[in-house]
Parts: sequence; structure tokens; C-alpha cells
Amino acid sequence: MGLNRRTLSPTAAMLATFAIILSACGGGATPAPSISTPGASGGEASASAVAAASLAPCGTVNIAVNPWVGYEADAAVVGYLLQQKLGCTVVKKNIDEQTSWQGFPTGEVDVILENWGHEDLAAKYITADKVAQDLGSNGNEGVIGWYVPKFFVDANPDILTAKTDPTILNKYAAQFKTSESGDKGQILDGDPSFVTNDQGMINGFGLNYKVVYSGSEAASNKAIQAAVDAQKPILVYYYTPNWFSSKVDLVHIEFPAWTPGCDKVATNIKCDYPPYHLNKVVSTKFATSGSPAFTFIQKFKWTNDDQNAVAADITSNGMSDDDAAKKWVDANPSVWQAWMP
Amino acid sequence: MTDIAATVQPRFALSLGRVGQLLALGVLFLIAFVVLQGNGTLPHKDDSQVFLTLNGVRDWVDANRSTNPVFVYVLGPIRAAIDGLDGIVTSLLSQASWIGLLAVAGALALAFVSWRTALLVIGSLLAIGLLGLWTETLQTLVLIANSVALSLLIGIPLGILAGRNDRFLAFITPILDFMQIMPTFAYLAPLTLIFLIGPASAVIATLIYAMPPAIRITSLGIRGVPVQTVEAAESLGATDGQVLRKVQLPIARRTIGLAVNQTIMMALSIIVIAALINAPGLGESIIVAIEKLKFGAAVTAGIAIVLLAMVLDRITASASGAGLPAVIAIGPLRVPRRTLRIIALAIAVVGLLGGALASAGSSFPAAWHVSIAKPLDDAVRWVELTFAGLTDALKNGVSAGLLDPIQTVLTTSPWWLVIAAAAGIAAIVNSTRAAVVVAVALVLIVLLQVWEHAMQTLTMVIVSVVLTMAIGIVLGVWAARNRVVSAVLRPINDAAQTLPSFVYLLPALALFGPTRFTAILAAVIYSVPAVVRLVEDGVRGVSPTVIEAATAAGASRLQMIRKVQLPMARRSLLVATNQGVVLVLAMVVLGGLVGAQALGFDVVSGFSQRNFFGRGVAAAIGIVLLGVMLDRITQGTGQRRSVRGVVGRLGVGLNSNRASREA
Repeated sequence: MGLNRRTLSPTAAMLATFAIILSACGGGATPAPSISTPGASGGEASASAVAAASLAPCGTVNIAVNPWVGYEADAAVVGYLLQQKLGCTVVKKNIDEQTSWQGFPTGEVDVILENWGHEDLAAKYITADKVAQDLGSNGNEGVIGWYVPKFFVDANPDILTAKTDPTILNKYAAQFKTSESGDKGQILDGDPSFVTNDQGMINGFGLNYKVVYSGSEAASNKAIQAAVDAQKPILVYYYTPNWFSSKVDLVHIEFPAWTPGCDKVATNIKCDYPPYHLNKVVSTKFATSGSPAFTFIQKFKWTNDDQNAVAADITSNGMSDDDAAKKWVDANPSVWQAWMP
Repeated sequence: MTDIAATVQPRFALSLGRVGQLLALGVLFLIAFVVLQGNGTLPHKDDSQVFLTLNGVRDWVDANRSTNPVFVYVLGPIRAAIDGLDGIVTSLLSQASWIGLLAVAGALALAFVSWRTALLVIGSLLAIGLLGLWTETLQTLVLIANSVALSLLIGIPLGILAGRNDRFLAFITPILDFMQIMPTFAYLAPLTLIFLIGPASAVIATLIYAMPPAIRITSLGIRGVPVQTVEAAESLGATDGQVLRKVQLPIARRTIGLAVNQTIMMALSIIVIAALINAPGLGESIIVAIEKLKFGAAVTAGIAIVLLAMVLDRITASASGAGLPAVIAIGPLRVPRRTLRIIALAIAVVGLLGGALASAGSSFPAAWHVSIAKPLDDAVRWVELTFAGLTDALKNGVSAGLLDPIQTVLTTSPWWLVIAAAAGIAAIVNSTRAAVVVAVALVLIVLLQVWEHAMQTLTMVIVSVVLTMAIGIVLGVWAARNRVVSAVLRPINDAAQTLPSFVYLLPALALFGPTRFTAILAAVIYSVPAVVRLVEDGVRGVSPTVIEAATAAGASRLQMIRKVQLPMARRSLLVATNQGVVLVLAMVVLGGLVGAQALGFDVVSGFSQRNFFGRGVAAAIGIVLLGVMLDRITQGTGQRRSVRGVVGRLGVGLNSNRASREA
């Protein structure tokens, strides 16, 4: 554990505790040093954790961090507050969505902060095995869909009529053609772990397009960046909230709105993606542990703008997770104070 | 390396008759293709029965993990033991201050290698600290230490057994082949299914990849002991155990040392992939940086990996060396070896104590960090913006001119025609037996229901190998004929082989987009260094007498290359081709991450989405079968496999460097 940069080594924890005791004995003239990760013993003595003294000890919280920066922003702020205000030991695990769910029954993972759908996993782990619980919305609204750069919409405004007549896209198929899509237009899909209906939509709408998988979010983002640099057309599977949207101007090409059941036949879908109310999921073990961190995560809720602000600081402004979280926490006390147990 | 390469004896020469047969086969194939195109194709289906069955296996494991005795009494304890080992090594390393660790590393190099190496080691480690990656490097070191220790613990005894027992060698060789060709990505999903995420899965993933060379090289070392020596010992009445302990092991010591070294290098080469199952360290730094499109940060972590590889290589290189002389010269000083070792021990102890007393802490002081990310980011951004337009033509040219036609032929021909053609090639360039193996491998691909994707992947592999060989032969011949070129290429080759390919994917993506071309580019960069080295080695090995004779006969420079050096180096060219195929195949999955589609993408998505688990496993086996097929076509002698083990995927450069240092 000591080498995990997100936790504190036992030696350092002891030193920190020692320093606090010294400073307390020294007449209290110097404020206690701020500790990034108070251990169970050090935490109780630290000034910041005094408020939490009446609560049960927090213990260790294992947060799954899924591979997109919006999620990293959730984890940055939640992790920062759990450490600083509740004296928890936070362990972040960089894993993908499916592996995160697999971690619930074994205790490898306590919390998923931003879950996008995954009805199959919910059915298994929440309903059938009862090893996880749905803690409701985290406040973020996810939109998945087909996006193009804004300059393209400006030049070809009728592409927006896809909302009523998706076949308008066929008019532009030649412009979205690449070396990978043969004689069809290319819709660039992203990370293999993301949910996609694109082939079903191509079939359902009768589009002259081919799904090309970029293979990773980084590959998609790099392709978007290159297309915007060169002012070339590109059609991508994309989602918001997303830190990258602050760097490039993308417009959502809406299709006929989603209605329940319209995407039931995966190979033939005649509607857009459903809106995603992103939710929090925790392991049953964690939910029944009595940790104040559970109550905190139950109450955690913020907006897409909040998340984008933190995510942009992490990516574009080169801040560390903790620095970006601190900046947001300092600026928005009323928001996070409502989450405190 | 040269002596090992010399044990390879290609059974054939590509005579004119064979070329004629190949041409005839090609013409026949094309005629059949034109007539039959579109018949007997096997289009890809995402919901094929094989995939669904494999999904069922996954569900069973999920359901039985906590009750089945195999999981409870065998796999569970294995996981707990490895996790425990990880905890112990981690806390050991974190107790030592950074000053202490520097001192220990320097002392090891001083005691067992040389004072120059000691300086190099300390300098490299300081550089890692300055780059701000000390903690991550230690995390990586823990993973390497654990997986290498376990690899050797299991691998060396197995290697000794394989060295002494022909039947065991025959039994284990195909398993080792499988372990090395199977893409690491492919077993991540099953591993996390069984061992969950955490240190155990990361260590086992690394072990699967790093252990085969330990077994192969050890076995090779034991087999390298002259038969006469063993017989002499036996005739003097030595028991079996005595022969092993007193004769075979001491003589093979040097080769076994190479096995240790190679195992470490192999382990280092997959840390980025291990990061995908939450193995902390430098690999994770690279993944996180790439996710945020931070090229500079990714390169910085990549440099730290290269430096760490160099440190570990130089320190462990001594294990395969002949040992230090009794008296060592340091400048004008003459120091007895024993004194030097005492000095080294003193340095280590003083460093550890001093570091602890000065409470230097386990991490490098943050105030000294130097960031090189910004200039790197700026530089690559400039390249991206400047060359983006020009690269389109190249990408489109290769795609439309090479990839698309080959892919069309392979995917729209009847499947049995492709199998017949591949078996025919194997029969012509190799043997009937090879042809049978090739046909069986391809039929299995058909049965796995991954045919269309396998043909798409095969297209990319063919183009990559052709490009790799073309570039590799030109550079290799040039380096063999020109010492300056050789000296310039060597460090570039070292870096290209050790630097994780993930690092250069970002600029490649910016220039070429998520396309098959980008994947091919990554594969070529990864494979060319090994080919260059093997070709250079082979051409240099051509007897000087022959060269002189040719010169005397008035051969021009081109004639010399074409008629003398390349034909004489044929054996090395064959090994290089085979090696190129294996290396390219290792990159196929990575290509899936940058737009290559096909089997690579299937494997990646099988790892990340529950519903695609079955498709991913089938695709992974498909890649292995493609590997077996290409391997049989490009090489066919019994001793070939030992060569691949030694040459390894990564260690070629470091080995030949050592060979030249020792020479």
C-alpha cells in the first residue's frame, strides 16, 4: 500500500501523526499541517476531521475510476472531500466499467460514481446477486449521439433536419468517406467499452454509412482534433458531459427522439439514443458498513457544468486531480456542504 | 547470440524452381479467384454460436467463483499468496529512502559489473527522479520483481527438465509457443474473471508473458553443454544429480543468466498493458496521459521505462557475463575485486542508513522535478499541424493500393481456396508437414467463426511484414557496411524496442487518424529494430575471405550486396522474417486500439464489454492460429523455436549490445 501514490505509507502516517501531536503540544500557535490522507489513527487528531468526530470512522473507500475524464472529475472531488472532511482513506482504481462491476462482490470496488446504463450488469449484480445497490442520480445528464464539428453545421445547416428525416445524412455520405469506410460515409465509434447502437441505427434509418471503430477514446478525440485543425468533415459517436467539448465545438445531430422500446431490436433501431440519467452504484457491503462515506456518496449530486469545470482543469489546465478538486471545493462550498453526513 | 543463431539450419534454399512453383500457384489462385469470387465466403456475425457458448463459460465462472472448490482451495490461495508477496515487497521498498535505493543500485553495479556501469545506473535513476516519476518507477519495480521472481522460480526448474528430457521439451514447446503468441490483452479478461483485479492478476499476466524465455533459454543452456563432457562425468561414476549440479549447471550458468535478463526485459515490455487491470506504476502513467491526449507526459513516462530497462539490463547483464577479473582497473588505480565488493557493501549500508537518518523519505524531492512535457507537446503539435495534409496522400495510397485489394481477395474468395493456397505456399517453401499444420490452423479459424476478421487482420499483417522486411533489410545492410550508420542506429533501435508503443500512438493518430494504416505504422516501428539487428548480424558474419574474393573478381557495390552478402546471410534473413512476423502479430491487438478493427478490436472489446467476451476469446485464439500458420510458412526447422526464445521480442538489441561489448 505504501507505494500506491494515492494512499499514505505507514511511516508517513506515523510521522504525520507525530507532527500533529507536536504542534498540538506546542501551544497551538501553528495550525496543524493539512494531511492529504489521514490514516485511521492520524485522522481523529487532525483539525479538519474534528467535525466528523461524532461519526463512525470512515475507513477505506475503494472508488472505481472509469476511463473518461468526466468520471475522473467526479472521483477527484469526491475523493478529495472524503479525505479532507471525513478522514477516509481513498483508493482509486483505474479500471473499465465492466471490471468495476465485477469488483463489487469481492470488495475490490465499493463505489461507481458515474454509471451509464448497463442494464445487463445491473440485472446481474443488483437484482439477481444483490451485491450492489443503485444510489440514484449523480446529477449529470448524459447525452450519447452522432456529432459533427460546428463549422460543418454552419456550412450545411440542413443536416439538422435529421431529427425528422435521418436520410438527409446520405446526402453527406461522400463527405464523411475515409480510407476505412470504402464507398460509404464513416461514423467513427469510440472506446470499445462504450454503449453503441450505431449499426442498428444505420440499418433502421437506411443510411449509406459504415461503422468504423477508433478503438479508444483517445483515438477518437485525436481524430476530432485533427479534423477540426484541418477544417475537414468528421462524423463521430460522442457524448456529453465530456471535457473535450470545451476544446472543440461539436454539434449533436439529433435523430427522432427515443421512446421506450424503440431500441429493442438491436439490429434495427429507428430512434436516437435514450437520455442517460447517470447514477451512482455501491456495493452492498459498503452500504451496510455504517461508514459516513456511504451517506456522503448517497447525497453526492452536481451538474454537468460542475463536472466540466473540474475536468477541464485536469486536462487543459494541467492541474492534478487534487488541485482541481480543491479549486472547485473552495469555489462551491454551498454545493458540497449539502452532501455532508 | 551469434553462436545460438548458428544452430539454426534452414532446410531449404529458395531456389529458382521454387520461385517458379510459387508463381504458378499465384496464377492459379488468381484465376480461381476471378471465377469463384463471392462464393463460399464466411461473413462475420456478432452473435455466432461459438461466441455465445464462450459467454456461457464466463457466466458459469461468475456464478461458481465463491462456491467451486477449485476457486476456493486452489485459485483463492494463489491469489492471496501473490497479493501477500506484493505487500511485503512494497513495504520493503517503501521503507528504504530514495537515497538508500540509489546507493544499493549503484553498489550492485559496482560490485558485479563495473564502476562505469555504477555511474550509469545512478545517473539513470537520478534522471527518473528528476522527471518526477520515482514513486511510479518503484511501483513498476515491485511488479517486475514479483513476476520475475515467480517466473524464474517456476521457469528455471522447467527449463532444466526440458534441457535434460526430450519428451518434456516436445510437450512444453507448443505450450510456450501459445503463451508467446497469445496476445496479452486476450488473457486479461479471463484473468480478472478468475483472479479479480489487483496485484495477483497483474503479476500472473506478466508471468505468462515473461516465463517462456526463462524456460527456453535455460533448456538451451543445458543442451549447449557438450555431450562429451557429460559422458566423461558419467563414466567417472557421477550420479544424475551430480552431473546436473557439478557439470551442466556450472557450464550453462552464463546462458541461464541470459534467461534472467530476458525475463526481466519481457516483463518490462508489458507493464503498460498490465496497467489496464489497475497495475499501478509507469504503465498507468502512460495510459492516463494518453487518455488526456498529453503526449509529453506519455513520453516522459516512456523515457522512465527505457531508463529503468537500461538499469535492470546493465545490472543483470553481469549474471550472464564471465565474472569480473580478480583485479579491476579504475583509471590508474588497481583494485582487487574483493576490496571493490567491500567498498560497494559499505556504500549500500551508508546510503540506506544515511537516507533513513536524513529522513529523505521514500519519494524523490518534488522541488527538484524537471518537466520536459511542455516542449515535447509543442514540438509534436507543430509536426501535427505542419504535416497533416501531406500524410493523407500516403495513408490513402497504401490503403487503396495495397490494403484494399489484398483484403478484397482474401475476404471474397471461397474460404477453402484461401486455405488451399496457404497450404500450397507452405508445401512449396517448406514441407508437406508444414502444409498440413497451416491447413489445420486455418480450418480451426473457420470453426471459430472469425474467418472474415481473421482475413482482414492477415491483410494488415502481410503488408506490415513486407514493409518491415523492406526497411529492415535496407537499414541492416547499410549498418553492416558502415560503422557510423551502425553506431547511430543502435541507440535508436534500443529506444524503439524498449519504449512502449503506446507512447508514439498519439502523434501517429493525429497524422493518420484511427485507421489500419496507423496500426501498420505502429507494428512496423515495433518490428524493424529486431530485423535490422538480425540482418546486420548476418551480413557482418559473411566470411571476409569471400568478400575479398568477390572484390578481387571486380564485383561492384550492388553486386556485392545482391550476389554475395545477402545470399550468404540467407539464414539470418530467414530468422529475421520469422521474427518480423511474430513481432508484427504481437502488435495486432494494439492496432485494435487505434482503428485497425478486425481481430485486434474484437479482443479489446471482449476485454471491456461483457457481451463480447466470447467474441474476444475466439478472436484471441484466432490470432494465435494466424501466428502458427505464418510461423510455419516462414520457418520450418526443428531448432527454430529456440531461436525465437532467445531473440525474444524485446531483448535482441540488448543482447547484441552486450555481445559487442564483450567482444
